[in-house]
Amino acid sequence: MGTGIHELTAGYALDALDPAEREEYERHLDTCEQCQEELVAFLEVTGALAIAADGPAPSPALRERILADARAEQQNVVPLESRRRHFPVLAAATAVAAAVAIGLGIYAVSLNNDLDSTKAALTAQENAAAVLADPAATTVALQAGSGRLVVAAEGDAVLVLDDLAPAPAGKTYQAWIVEGTTPVSAGTFASAGGQAIVPIPQAVPDGAVVAVTVEEAGGASTPSLPPVAASKPV
Amino acid sequence: MRRHLAHLSDEALVALVARADEGALAELYDRVGRVAYGLAFRVLRDDRLAEDAVQEAFLGVWRTAAGFRAERAKASTWILTLVHRRAVDLVRREERRRADPLDEETRDAGASPSAEDAAWLGFERERVQGALKQLPDTQREAIELAYYGGYSQSELAERLGLPLGTIKSRMFSGLARLRELLGDDAEEGSWEPESTN
Repeated sequence: MGTGIHELTAGYALDALDPAEREEYERHLDTCEQCQEELVAFLEVTGALAIAADGPAPSPALRERILADARAEQQNVVPLESRRRHFPVLAAATAVAAAVAIGLGIYAVSLNNDLDSTKAALTAQENAAAVLADPAATTVALQAGSGRLVVAAEGDAVLVLDDLAPAPAGKTYQAWIVEGTTPVSAGTFASAGGQAIVPIPQAVPDGAVVAVTVEEAGGASTPSLPPVAASKPV
Repeated sequence: MRRHLAHLSDEALVALVARADEGALAELYDRVGRVAYGLAFRVLRDDRLAEDAVQEAFLGVWRTAAGFRAERAKASTWILTLVHRRAVDLVRREERRRADPLDEETRDAGASPSAEDAAWLGFERERVQGALKQLPDTQREAIELAYYGGYSQSELAERLGLPLGTIKSRMFSGLARLRELLGDDAEEGSWEPESTN
């Protein structure tokens, strides 16, 4: 057939490559959109083959062992490098996407300031995804702007703004938690336009308001009024 | 502990697992574990090894859930891919592979799934097995020996006495054809049986 390395997509999806070839293919995959797309489709096929395997059911003890493993590991913070080694294709090279899973454009927001590292951004996005997926979270309406504030039981919060234009050149958006009359910065963020999902990095106490202002790039120590968005008190 | 997880998608559960939510991991196992173990057993032909493969794969899910990318695969597919890779690694180490179908007795061993699960799994299994039967024999053989037998392409070339390029082409054409055969109604069948509401 002579399609060369592209043809290895099938062998890769079937786990039928030898180790050296597997590595070569994974390097290729990083840069080849055609193969990435094809692999997505082939993995659905091998997933179907798994269903057709027709093996016996596991013993109930297996479930308990798996949960015991998880418990023993406690909170797992695995560095990105080792994730890649475990499972390069599906692992995250960049911060994305548990959030994409629930259909939300969290990746559209790039966090700056003290959150400006891949790992911190990844954690923030995971947390945001979990807050938004939490059926016990409460939704607080906005008193200014259009959107909502979602607050999970532990105070973790995500501000969802329906339509936030990109900040003007040289400016940034900055989130604030205002408790009483004291505003505390909750970090700066950018918007790509459209819906913006803003994870709030600190717990939002009862009665506090979350607000967003436009500030000079780099952020400010006190908010410039009026805010472009503000929640009702939590 | 099991809050209201039943209504969440597999992908949302993975997002919770990324946050070290044990209940979400349990729910994922309840949805995917049956197929995962069946697959591992088909490859490994051994209870203990199959359990090891599934256990290690779910530990991988627990550790790497944050790296899951929904645009690359469904969550269930991702988990089964981890299980399969682990099973293949083990079978190559143990040198115990065979790709023959399992006999009735083995297949029916173990705890039975709920009637609803069994019905859905049975339906899906028949659909995929039907598609496999429509492949040319040479393509089906290459795919079954690789996926269920754990043979690499170069091992298969040697075993069947064929050029490596031929094996590669058969696998590629076979998977591409299966994709067409399954594609027609694949969209509507989400992984899991519809939950009752």
